[in-house]
Amino acid sequence: MKRVGLFPFLIIFIGVIFVVRLFYLQILPNKYQLPAFNNSAIKVTYDYPERGFIYDRNDVLLVANQLTYDIMVIPRDVIELDTIEFCNLIKITKNEFLAKMAKAVKYSTRIPSTLVAQLSKADFAFLQEKMHKFKGFYIQRRSLREYPINSAPNVLGYISEVDDNIINNNAYYQMGELIGTAGVEKTYEEILRGKKGVKFIQRNRFNKEIGPYKNGLYDTLPVAGNDITLTIDSKLQQYGEALMANKRGGIVAIEPSTGEILTLISMPTYDPNLMVGRERSKNFSKLYLDVYSKPLLDRGLQAQYPPGSPFKIMSALAALQENVITTKSVVYCFGGYKYGSSEKAFMKCHCDTYGSAVMLDKAIYRSCNSYFATAYRKVIEKYRKPYDGMNAWNKHVESFGLGKYLNNDLAVGQKGLIPNGDFYNKFYPNGRWRASTTISNGIGQGEVLTTPIQLANMTAAIANRGFYFTPHIVKNIRGKNLDKKYTEPIYTTIDTKHFDPVIEGLFNVFEQPNGTARGSRVEGLQICGKTGTAENPHGQDHSIFIAFAPKDNPKIAIAVFVENGYWGSRWAVPIATLMIEQYLKGEISRIDTQERMYNGSLEDEYRKQKVVVKRN
Amino acid sequence: MRSRKDNIFYGIDRTLVLFYLILIFLGWLNIYATTISISENGDSFSFATEYGKQLIWIALSFVLIMFIFLLESRYFEKYASIIYVITVLSLVGLFVFGKNINGATSWYNLGMTSIQPSEFSKVATALAMAKLLNDKQLNLKKTNTQIQALLLLLIPAILIILQPDPGSALVYGSFIFVLYREGLPVYHFSFGVLSLVLFITTLIFGSNNTIIGAIAVFGFILLYLYLYRSKALKRGWIRMVGAFFISILFIFSVEFVFNNVFEQHHRDRFNILFEKTEDTKSIGYNTNQSITTIASGGFFGKGFLQGERTQGDFVPAQQTDYIFTTVGEQWGFIGSTILVAIFILFILRIIKIAERQKSKFSRVYGYSVAAILFTHFTINIGMVIGILPTIGIPLPFFSYGGSALWGFTVLLFILIRLDANRTYEW
Repeated sequence: MKRVGLFPFLIIFIGVIFVVRLFYLQILPNKYQLPAFNNSAIKVTYDYPERGFIYDRNDVLLVANQLTYDIMVIPRDVIELDTIEFCNLIKITKNEFLAKMAKAVKYSTRIPSTLVAQLSKADFAFLQEKMHKFKGFYIQRRSLREYPINSAPNVLGYISEVDDNIINNNAYYQMGELIGTAGVEKTYEEILRGKKGVKFIQRNRFNKEIGPYKNGLYDTLPVAGNDITLTIDSKLQQYGEALMANKRGGIVAIEPSTGEILTLISMPTYDPNLMVGRERSKNFSKLYLDVYSKPLLDRGLQAQYPPGSPFKIMSALAALQENVITTKSVVYCFGGYKYGSSEKAFMKCHCDTYGSAVMLDKAIYRSCNSYFATAYRKVIEKYRKPYDGMNAWNKHVESFGLGKYLNNDLAVGQKGLIPNGDFYNKFYPNGRWRASTTISNGIGQGEVLTTPIQLANMTAAIANRGFYFTPHIVKNIRGKNLDKKYTEPIYTTIDTKHFDPVIEGLFNVFEQPNGTARGSRVEGLQICGKTGTAENPHGQDHSIFIAFAPKDNPKIAIAVFVENGYWGSRWAVPIATLMIEQYLKGEISRIDTQERMYNGSLEDEYRKQKVVVKRN
Repeated sequence: MRSRKDNIFYGIDRTLVLFYLILIFLGWLNIYATTISISENGDSFSFATEYGKQLIWIALSFVLIMFIFLLESRYFEKYASIIYVITVLSLVGLFVFGKNINGATSWYNLGMTSIQPSEFSKVATALAMAKLLNDKQLNLKKTNTQIQALLLLLIPAILIILQPDPGSALVYGSFIFVLYREGLPVYHFSFGVLSLVLFITTLIFGSNNTIIGAIAVFGFILLYLYLYRSKALKRGWIRMVGAFFISILFIFSVEFVFNNVFEQHHRDRFNILFEKTEDTKSIGYNTNQSITTIASGGFFGKGFLQGERTQGDFVPAQQTDYIFTTVGEQWGFIGSTILVAIFILFILRIIKIAERQKSKFSRVYGYSVAAILFTHFTINIGMVIGILPTIGIPLPFFSYGGSALWGFTVLLFILIRLDANRTYEW
């Protein structure tokens, strides 16, 4: 009966082989499995929603949209075409066409790629009629950014095509799509862009579309982008940009009671409309390659300058908080401060007090180096080890948001530098450093570095007498609440009582006949400020000024940096006070000062810095 | 006592009928899913469509079944020779009156539809083989009988190869299971199996590697016999060595036949199967589409009418030879496995029924039915899931097509009819 058993055995054997093979094909991962929605049976089309608009705090439209047309290609659908005619229509050369086709094929033969982006309306009208001749190509309507006001490109940012890196790391984006790559466009990308709609279309093997895939079960409708209202006051922003004409630097103004950024100026600037349209890449490279004036660098956020004299306020507050000085403590200044035994260990001072008693108030409005060097030294030397003193000082200064990222909704930023004990231990191994080694920190030189926004935020914290709100750029997103971190105050380590004497000193900077900013006093405005002149390795000193106004219930806190502007009251003080006046009063009383700022140029100064490479 | 006199359905094997009905029903559902167009979505039913036509053929096959049940079972044995001759003549007639579809002259045009005689010649051959082996005088150990049986198979097979439809002709090879069961000597059978194994291994690994492998296996067997079965070795070493040299000759001839006798499209099919060429566009298109479609079904499948590759008509001939892809895509691993299981149980049931026959005629016929269905099942699904080369033969009871459906129905129900009569045959 052996013969009877063989055939049933073979049948079962074949059955087992089939099931094993089916298991391999249908369950185990193998090369036959197609990626979802990326197979020839289904065509995917996208419906792009309109990108959200951007307004300023007074509902002035800053960013809108305009329509453009992209030529898309699905390489596998392309049949032979009259390349010359097509290239003429879309205005590219044959070589460009071939290169772009090759790139599209490399990306995917089935998923559409952008062949030519942002066709003009005229070209589109012409092409539309002939499009039926070119199988595999189609026109995708897309909306593009438009900037009604030529201002604040550093704040608004721009959108550009996604690069390979983004495509690989973010499943949402396909080749040729746009993404915010700088400024608010970048930080609020997901809110502004909305969500594209997807349609899946069933195709048969001849590539003919035969209806929606599964009756549109997986299709999604586009979700419109949200509009955003910025904290920027575009009028003030434009005014500040005009005042800064032909000068480099950064201005940041903050509303102390909210942390809202009123202006964020970086000079030199450029027309945001340069970043739109077919000339975009040309314009971009031109800006990008300008290594001297660096227009793409947001100086308000990224430029780290030595803060200079405004930083003396930190030394005073730290010393008051540590109880090493009182408002009545006296320092005698004889044209400088000797911090060591050697000849060189001498810090010059221009307070012109000639050995008379200098107390806190006068020290501030005369900006006495000797006073604040003493105050700084006393803080450090209060502790047995300079390491601990340094850390105590660092803690107070950093509580003003200096020396660290502000962690806000701006696309870029810099930490600046507020040294601590570890910093110097690393610098001087074996602890061979003392207060006198680091004495320059006390007057905002030395190792200390800050960005304009950090300094503006510090000013806001002083104006608030001890707390600040994280500076932020978005005031309102339609249908959304502002992030809680922007509405909760952050307190400094300095007691409120220590601020009043300091603010009195800042007020006297304008009010005292020999205050350092006396020349820019505005009748009827109670401005508190501190001038600064920062030495730097690039050339002339930077002109720096911080201020807030009015003295009580301050509405604006501002920090102005003018690169290589000689000294504080030469550029930074007039610009800051003009802006404060403009913001608080809406009109300018000092027309000649304004004209002087409009027309003043530091281009000659900057030209000196250009490194000329001699060729032998 | 109830008997056939009261009821023509008396004594029929209900399990087999149930299997038949299930397969027909599932088959039609999948034909429906394959041939309905996406825009229709079942709103209008039409007999002009393929699923509509198949329904007519299913209805007509019930008429055929009634007819078979009305016949006396002894008629099948009595008229087996005549049926065989008529069928052979109808195959010959194709060369004169036949209609050429897709390069093969396999159909008679009957106006509204076509008839494919090769689907019925299987039945006729099975009947003729049963009648031949039923003769008590014959013994399959004798060469004379072997030649008679071989001729019986070769005549229709060669006629079908000439159409040309080599796939359908391959089915006649399945009678080796019947002959083996009825006493064909082992070495004929093992010779067939050995040739098949050597043929495939040579194509996959090349003749040199296969020869090295053969020498190794032969050496191993010799060593085993020398150590443990020295008597058997003494008795049969000449035959062993002879078999070895014939195998070597065969291996060399495979490459020669493959390169010189086979036509290019046959070679292509083998090369694709063994992945010697990577081709998904032209010649490998069918296989690639079919495997991809099955793979896309996953574990549970996409559901009835939810397969986008079926709906998109990606697999050519999906309603006929590639109907299993529809099952794979829509019902997934679960559904495919269940269908494979149904076929296996169905064929095993037929063997069981064949074995319980008291007449040799019925048993041989039953075995022939099992062998034919098994071959169709193995070759068809094996091709669709990519483990056999492309050979176009239908999946029994499943594939679209009237002739095939009727051929298989007649084949099966003659067995059921014979089986229903077993109690009378003493």
